Amino acid sequence: MAAPSNNISKSRAEQKPRLACNTTTFQKKSRSKLVSIPGTRPSVQNGQLIVSTGVTSLDYVIGGGLAVGTLLLIEEDKYDSYSRMLLKYFLAEGVVCGHNLFIASARNHPDEILQELPAPILDEIVSPRGKEGQAELCDPESQNSMKIAWRYQNLPKVQTALASSSRFGHYYDVSKTMDTEIRQATKFNTFFLPDEVPLGSATESSWMNAGYRALLRSIQSVICREGFDGSSPQSKSRNVLRIGVHSLGSALWGEDICCKESPSDASSLTTFLYGLRALLRSSLSVAMVTVPSHLIQNRVIMGRVTKLCDTAITLESFRGLESETNPLYKDYHGLLHVKQLPHLNCLVCEVPDTKDLAFKLKRKQFTIERLHLPPDLSDTVSRLSKPDLAESAKLLSVGCGSTAMGKKHLDF
Amino acid sequence: MFSELNSILNTSPENCPQGEFTLVSDRKADASFLIHHFLSFYLRAGCKVCFLGLVQSFSHYSAVSQRLGVSLTQAREKGQLVFLEGLKGALGVLLEEEPSPGTHMLGFLRSPRSDLRELFEFVRASSTVLLSLGVRVGAVVDFAHYCRAFVCSKLQGNMVMLIRGEDEEEEECDEEGAEWLLRALTHQCSLALRVQGLPTGYCRDIHGQMEVFWRGHGSSVTGPQTQQKLFQYKVHDKGVSFFARGTSSAVL
Repeated sequence: MAAPSNNISKSRAEQKPRLACNTTTFQKKSRSKLVSIPGTRPSVQNGQLIVSTGVTSLDYVIGGGLAVGTLLLIEEDKYDSYSRMLLKYFLAEGVVCGHNLFIASARNHPDEILQELPAPILDEIVSPRGKEGQAELCDPESQNSMKIAWRYQNLPKVQTALASSSRFGHYYDVSKTMDTEIRQATKFNTFFLPDEVPLGSATESSWMNAGYRALLRSIQSVICREGFDGSSPQSKSRNVLRIGVHSLGSALWGEDICCKESPSDASSLTTFLYGLRALLRSSLSVAMVTVPSHLIQNRVIMGRVTKLCDTAITLESFRGLESETNPLYKDYHGLLHVKQLPHLNCLVCEVPDTKDLAFKLKRKQFTIERLHLPPDLSDTVSRLSKPDLAESAKLLSVGCGSTAMGKKHLDF
Repeated sequence: MFSELNSILNTSPENCPQGEFTLVSDRKADASFLIHHFLSFYLRAGCKVCFLGLVQSFSHYSAVSQRLGVSLTQAREKGQLVFLEGLKGALGVLLEEEPSPGTHMLGFLRSPRSDLRELFEFVRASSTVLLSLGVRVGAVVDFAHYCRAFVCSKLQGNMVMLIRGEDEEEEECDEEGAEWLLRALTHQCSLALRVQGLPTGYCRDIHGQMEVFWRGHGSSVTGPQTQQKLFQYKVHDKGVSFFARGTSSAVL
């Protein structure tokens, strides 16, 4: 009696260390790669540490998230309303994750931007319920079996919503602003150009203009002081610095690329971005820069600016344009173009399925969706001029799938 | 190192050409995969390599080379590779208190020269960045010419250079830009690889096309022996596949 039990326990004892050994070696690898900083996770593609932009669908579009040490360029829409919102999302995500912030601006005081941050939705129940509701809505439609174009029955319904399987980042309610209590817990540094560089200060000829130089120095000193460059001892908990720069390259920065086709100081902005890139690559920081690209006259400069950034997206708002009234775009507020995706530690960059993306601002949320045109069944679009035919087409669209309609005037 | 590209260019690590100046350029596409190819190719061939990385950090090149089967850290420890990190060096220059552009520009451009003494191969990444930093086209051309004269002619080494073209095709001649630089350097080079995005737009399965120009070394009597070929390519995780136009596996 004792012997077998002994045996079992022995074999178990033998198994255990092996198992334990297996698990430890497995965990060891992942543990050594993971730096446990809240709000970050390693990328699926290349193992890079990434952070969320605050907008879940944007994360998906740019390949999971923003890699730490990289620069995201946002080309502003004409009125700077949506790009500003993205910047706020980015900063709000930093606040919720407990990251340090660095905000630079030349127009509004950074404190103003901070006060406008959207409120996080912290209860977890809301989002899954919404998804279920959607699924339920989809179901009755799919239950109707198609009688005519039955081949299309098995095609999956095109999902316009963009989201990765696992959740990363938080949701925000843009209709409310963040509580001051949440905000006060985070450390932030601000850079307001008029405070830092007095007006009319002599600009000596140098690599870049005074404003940019001051900003670069300021970022560098923050990185050194707070130990984001990895110089700090291991015992100190590591954190990520989020840098948000608003409307870089506008005339307020003392820049003349907005005014002239061939500016006198064409390389100031690009030099600054190169310096910023160098700073980011050598530290635990990530930056989002918005640039009013429609103001910059010289396309060559804009091309160089894009190439100096890692990820570049353009927002094209419909506001005030003809396309605002285009029925094609009635659900959306603008188009989003992904101009550049980063090549990080791998040969191939993330290749998206489609580049047709559009964004919309719902009552509480900013989302990016795949621009997908549903089959047009409305009567207004009918290519047949005869009204009775148009009406029959309308009836057909209603009766498609459920032929038990009262009036049948289909004669093929 | 991509074996398909080797067979196109008719080279191999065992039989590596000498005195070549290869110019890699791109427009609306990313040709950096070719730089990775040449870097691993010359390291495989056992040549000494001096690499001036201006846009990415050492760890990036190291991680990619690891996937291609070459360890940059080992090569650096052995002394086979000299890696000059432009990104790191530039920061110190940019943030110096009293920058005097004249000396620094030359300092920045001259710095690799001293290191070039006993090197045989020279690979270089994205010199268009230099233009972004406010260096004149003339200075970059001078630099390229100096390197070519020194490396290719004197030491029988090879040189590879990447130029990133502007997206918009600028025809204005008063525009001092990458287009000038590209033209000037194409004039100097012996092999030009021109990478472009597809003219018909974005595609998931074909990432772009590559034109190859050979400039023959033939005597002037027989006339210039230039050859030209066009391929489409797709970048994979660990290599690149090249195929003739219209023969992508996605369409056939």
